[in-house]
Parts: sequence; C-alpha cells; structure tokens
Amino acid sequence: MPPAVIEHLILVSLLALMTVTAGAIALTRSLFAAAMLFGIFSLLSAAVFVVLDAVDVAFTEAAVGAGISTILMLATLARTNARQRAGPRLRPGPLALAAGLVLLLAWASSDRPRFAAPEAPANLHVAPRYLQEGPRETGVPNVVTAVLASYRGYDTLGEVTVIFTAGIGVLALLGLGGGARRD
Amino acid sequence: MQHHTVLKVAAKLLLPFILLFALYVQFHGDFGPGGGFQAGVIFGAGIILYALVFGTGHARAVVPPGAVRAAAALGVLLYTGVGVASLLLGANFLDYGILAADPVAGQHLGILLVELGVGLTVTAVMILLFYAFAGVEGAETDRAVANRDGAERAAAERAVADRGGASRAGPDWTSTS
Repeated sequence: MPPAVIEHLILVSLLALMTVTAGAIALTRSLFAAAMLFGIFSLLSAAVFVVLDAVDVAFTEAAVGAGISTILMLATLARTNARQRAGPRLRPGPLALAAGLVLLLAWASSDRPRFAAPEAPANLHVAPRYLQEGPRETGVPNVVTAVLASYRGYDTLGEVTVIFTAGIGVLALLGLGGGARRD
Repeated sequence: MQHHTVLKVAAKLLLPFILLFALYVQFHGDFGPGGGFQAGVIFGAGIILYALVFGTGHARAVVPPGAVRAAAALGVLLYTGVGVASLLLGANFLDYGILAADPVAGQHLGILLVELGVGLTVTAVMILLFYAFAGVEGAETDRAVANRDGAERAAAERAVADRGGASRAGPDWTSTS
C-alpha cells in the first residue's frame, strides 16, 4: 500500500475511535469514567495531530488535554460527587438541534479548500513569508516557536494573560488553602 | 495514597527525569517541538505527581503556595517586561531585534526570555489550580469527604432504585494519614 493510503487509514480509524469515545462520554453516568474518557479522547486527538505533522500541537494536546486536565477533573471529583444525577436519557429537542448543527457544519465544510492545500487562502497570506524568512530573521530553526514567540508575540502575551487570569479567578473562588497545614 | 510503596518508589525514580525533561522542552523549544507552554505543563505535572503520591502537605513544603502565586505573576511580568524593554530601547512593543547589537541575536534572546515567562506562568498556574482544587488537609477535606460520602450514598440508593447498579467511589487525592 502507498504511504498516503496507510496514513489515511490511520487517520480514519483514529477519528472513528474519537467518535466512539465522545459517544461514551455522552452516555456514561459515572463522572470518574467520563474524566478518564476525556483523557483518552485528548490522547487520540494528539495522535491525529502527529499524523497531520503538527507535533507542537500534539505535544500541547497530550500534555494539557490528556495530562493536566484529567488530573484537575479528578481533583474536582474528589471535592464533589463522582456520579451524575439521573435525568431523562434522550431529549428530542437538543438532539434535533445538535443534528441540525452537524448537518450545517458538514454542508459548510464542503466549501472549504482541501486540507493543507498550498493554494488555500490561509497558506497564501503571511505563512510563506514566515516559513521562508523565519529561520533567517530570528535564528530559530523551529518555525512554530518563531511564529508564536516573535511574529505573533502579542497573541502569545494574550494567551499567557488568559492563563494568569484563569489562575487568579480560581484563586479568588477557592483560595490556595494555605491556612492550617498539618504535618 | 500514603501506603503505596510501589507508587512512591516509582514516583521518586521518575520525578527527576520528568523535571529534567520539562527543562529540556523549555530550552530546546527553539530547535525542536516544545516551548514554554508544554514545558510549564510538564513541570507542573511533575510537582502534581509529587503532591498526589506524597500528599499535598509535603508538596506545599517543597513548593510553597506563596511562591507559586508570585511565580504566576512573575512570568507575565517577564513577558511584558521584554516588550517594555524593547519599547524603551526605541523599537516597537515586543520587537526583540533591538535587544542586542545583532538583530538575530536580539530575536533569539527575546524569544528565550518570553518563553521563560510563559513557562513560569503556566507551571505556577497549573500547580495553583491543583492546590486550589485539592484543598487543605484537615477540616476542609473531612467536610468534602463527608459531602461526597453523603452524595455517594444518595446516588447509590438512586442507582439501586433505577436499575440495581452499584455506585463507584470517587478518587481521594487529599488524604494524608
């Protein structure tokens, strides 16, 4: 089999596994199982990013999505309740809304340029210049780092501020619990 | 998780390598995949692993909450500081070329410092989130455990009433003794 076909098969099976995991997350009543399934979902999407040659994104997804998020969800469960309250299993209204949204997105995505097409508008704007001049202008061989930290430094500053603000928000709500320490 | 000898030994063996790998990802981000975000998360995960296996009390002694809070602010401050420094030197905000005599060297220095700021803030916020969610040992934990036990029992009763299933116990990250 040619490599492109194998890559396609891997991608399709990974996406199928992600769909199954998402269905399981929606159906399970045990929040503990849901947290672990979220971790599996993130790991699968990290594998998808590796297949798509986006190793930096895959790295972040594996570390943040599969690692830290799962731990934080488990830590939250330790504070609350590990089971979802039983409710009606299927609601026709939201189901129809979600199905309609899926159809709408599928219809809209049929208009998109092929994935990673060189003639796509996203690849014709500033990307060629970053790719060609980046290593020379910044002296950084990894173009992703050059774009994130230098060309798009302002955006990254915004992201760091968002993380900082989220931390402050949690701190304001829950506190660090630094009071009485027991040894 | 105080009686799990295997976990303790394995965590002790793994921890130095996790922290070292985080530093590698941080400072090798210019050359390979990685950077401040990933390094911060890995470093934070290392500390959280320590807290999970040895108890949050020990982790708080190693990485005090006050230091975490300061580091979170310091990272953002370092990032904006680099921007303001380039501004004061006569270039645009976050235009690192001006930071050294050679524009390429300036870019390299600026990216290194900025990534360090990102790494600091991300590490600190991850640990901070865990400390906040894991809570204090002692009174608060006992209350949380009591809450959960009550809720578990209620859920179990409901589950039994619904379809005869048994409830599963949640993880307890905060117990120390």
